[in-house]
Amino acid sequence: MIAEIGHFTLILALIMALVQAFLPLVGAARLNYGWMGTATPSAIIQFLCIGTSFGCLIYSFAVSDFTVINVAQNSNSLQPMIYKISSAWGNHEGSMVLWVLILALFGCMVALFGGNLPPTLKARTLSVQSMIAFAFLLFILMTSNPFERLSPPPIDGRDLNPLLQDIGLALHPPMLYFGYVGFSMAFSFAIAALIEGKVDAAWARWVRPWTLLAWVFLTAGILLGSWWAYYELGWGGWWYWDPVENASFMPWLVGTALLHSAVVVEKRDALKTWTILLAILTFSLSLIGTFLVRSGVLTSVHAFATDPERGVFILALLIIAIGGSLLLYAWRAPQLKGGGLFAPISREGSLILNNLLLTTAAATVFIGTLYPLMLDAITGDKISVGPPFFNATFVPLMIPLIIALGIGPLLSWKRGDLTGALQRLKFALVVSVVVTTVAAYITWGRSIFGAIGLGLAAWLAAGVCIEFGARIGIGRSNWQDVIRRAIGLPRSAWGMMIAHFGFAILVAGATGASIWQDEAIKSIRVGDSISIAGYEFSLRNVDNVRGPNYVAQRGVFTVREGGEIVTTLAPERRRYLVQGTETTESAIYSDGISDLYAVLGQPDGEGRWIAKVYFKPLVPWLWLGGMITVLGGLVSLTDRRLRVGAPTRRQSVPAGAPAPAE
Amino acid sequence: MSATTSGRTPATRKRRRLYAVLAGLTMLGVAAALVLTAFQDNIVFFYSPTDLKEKELHPNQFLRLGGLVEEGSVKKASDGVTTEFIITDLSNTVAVRYTGLLPDLFREGQGVVSQGRLGPDGIFVATEVLAKHDENYMPPEVADALKKSGQWKEPSK
Repeated sequence: MIAEIGHFTLILALIMALVQAFLPLVGAARLNYGWMGTATPSAIIQFLCIGTSFGCLIYSFAVSDFTVINVAQNSNSLQPMIYKISSAWGNHEGSMVLWVLILALFGCMVALFGGNLPPTLKARTLSVQSMIAFAFLLFILMTSNPFERLSPPPIDGRDLNPLLQDIGLALHPPMLYFGYVGFSMAFSFAIAALIEGKVDAAWARWVRPWTLLAWVFLTAGILLGSWWAYYELGWGGWWYWDPVENASFMPWLVGTALLHSAVVVEKRDALKTWTILLAILTFSLSLIGTFLVRSGVLTSVHAFATDPERGVFILALLIIAIGGSLLLYAWRAPQLKGGGLFAPISREGSLILNNLLLTTAAATVFIGTLYPLMLDAITGDKISVGPPFFNATFVPLMIPLIIALGIGPLLSWKRGDLTGALQRLKFALVVSVVVTTVAAYITWGRSIFGAIGLGLAAWLAAGVCIEFGARIGIGRSNWQDVIRRAIGLPRSAWGMMIAHFGFAILVAGATGASIWQDEAIKSIRVGDSISIAGYEFSLRNVDNVRGPNYVAQRGVFTVREGGEIVTTLAPERRRYLVQGTETTESAIYSDGISDLYAVLGQPDGEGRWIAKVYFKPLVPWLWLGGMITVLGGLVSLTDRRLRVGAPTRRQSVPAGAPAPAE
Repeated sequence: MSATTSGRTPATRKRRRLYAVLAGLTMLGVAAALVLTAFQDNIVFFYSPTDLKEKELHPNQFLRLGGLVEEGSVKKASDGVTTEFIITDLSNTVAVRYTGLLPDLFREGQGVVSQGRLGPDGIFVATEVLAKHDENYMPPEVADALKKSGQWKEPSK
């Protein structure tokens, strides 16, 4: 019964979406306010319908209703409750419902908080949003209905893929989808603006918070996924340039560019057509990502839940959505009026450089991800493009980005003073050189790129500190004034500096994690030990333990440094009973600067075990830096000017008032 | 470069746009160069054991080798961490040596993809061994290789 309600509300949402896709749009063209007005309630109802449907799905999973095929195939009565619930989106069908749920949620939020949007823009935006929802609801109902019944029902379910039974992965898809799908809002605003033929600073102020919100979640989602890969896959890697990872990384890169170019539209009324294009591209890449992950065209280390037949539907959808919006762009964009002029050396100029580097980086990732697919389709040759390719293309583009990121914020709008900015950055240069030298000295004989990476991170971190100091007037005025200025800084300025600082730490972490890792592998008996980077891992014993739906062998390692016990690590080899799958659970000890990482491998049957241990310097900084970056985004989101629903307040500021610095 | 006098004349606007377009094109050129050089060195081709016999290899070429792990072929070397096994597409076979942890799903009789170099002694020295995270899974390349060698059977699911 519950499953039928879920199915029924999904169909209702489809009808609602169809109405909402056309009525407000036609209303906006005819200036019929009644028709335009239907967008708000229909967006809310659509969200409630899909929400009910998703609730029904979760309920079916929570009570282990194995008469529903989807539950029977992806859940098991022995799973802990949290994984029963996360099973609801740990499979293809359920994750697509979550996809449209978030799509509808964004539409609903614009409907609720967009009261002061111009009525035509609001109506058109919601219509476009609803077109996407319609397409995906149709996709779910036609090819991936999660509520299909099974008769006779099995006694128990097939269990969720054990690798997904993990807290990181319970949260990863919702976060990632919130980000991915959240970019639909910027897309809908862009399409609406193209139909409207008008892009101005106000438009950018409406678009920015939605983009920022999506970006924050996408960043957090990618981080969670990376963290999961780090501790769960047991290979100790945090980023594989795997096609599935790239699928979420491409919209992140272009979305980051969009976030920055929207600032230029807002402050300087320039870069309008470019910003519109970025909005279209960002969501297009989200769609392509969905296609890549959901269609099964990829060979990936973690392409879960795939079915090639569905690919055709998403591919058609992709062509209509991306092709259609780019056609509209080609037709309408030339009619948008250009805005403020600026010199090449200026804040605008530096943001353009940021945009060019980010989109170029996205393009190289795109080529590296899709080239194997195209080659296979055309010539039948099977190739793979792995980390070496991406390191050779992506990293060289990030180096100028980081250098420019130190300078850009110190340039003023319209026309900047590069020499002046560089003079102020003298201190950052000194810090950077010192850090590079010290790092090169400590790690003498190893790759020089490690020292360079740390030097770049130091440059950026010092640059942010100098910028912060300059803004609050350290050294120029007394401390009361300094504190007053710091409090008075706009939240968006705080957010930007926090995010940039977090990025610097992340760069340092990525450098250390990629270059300075030490590892050792050995076949050992209980009592034997492995030494690495001054640490001695000794295997104390191996126990048999039992979890709710698995049995495991747990190796207990005592880790000593110079005779002193540092910690005890207990990696496991688990066997999940239902599917008979084995997984490796790594054990990690982190002291905030480096991680010690241990994995228990296969036994040889004669009392020996393969054990692999790693020393991973700076890995904790990856997660720390990422979290600080996300925090920066959140702080920026609380800026009064960006607060959802308050975009008009600034217009009441007297025209002569100086614009807050950012 | 920024010798603008009064600002908003169409000429300056056009010139500015030209700068932006040029910057964009330069960036694309750089990206294209990076991608092409990276493609030259870093693309890894997939071979089945039959391909390996029939096709010419560059000396010391890094490649992916895929097929089924032959039943009964997995042996541990005396150091305890090196594994030797045979990859087969059921027409031809190649011996593989790998030092490291095997993936959890590595099994005899199942599909596997290994990455490494063919040594002068004809043994493929793998630096990485991949098996999929799903028990029913057959890497698509492996499935294709089996189809080519005429040994493909639809998985009985």
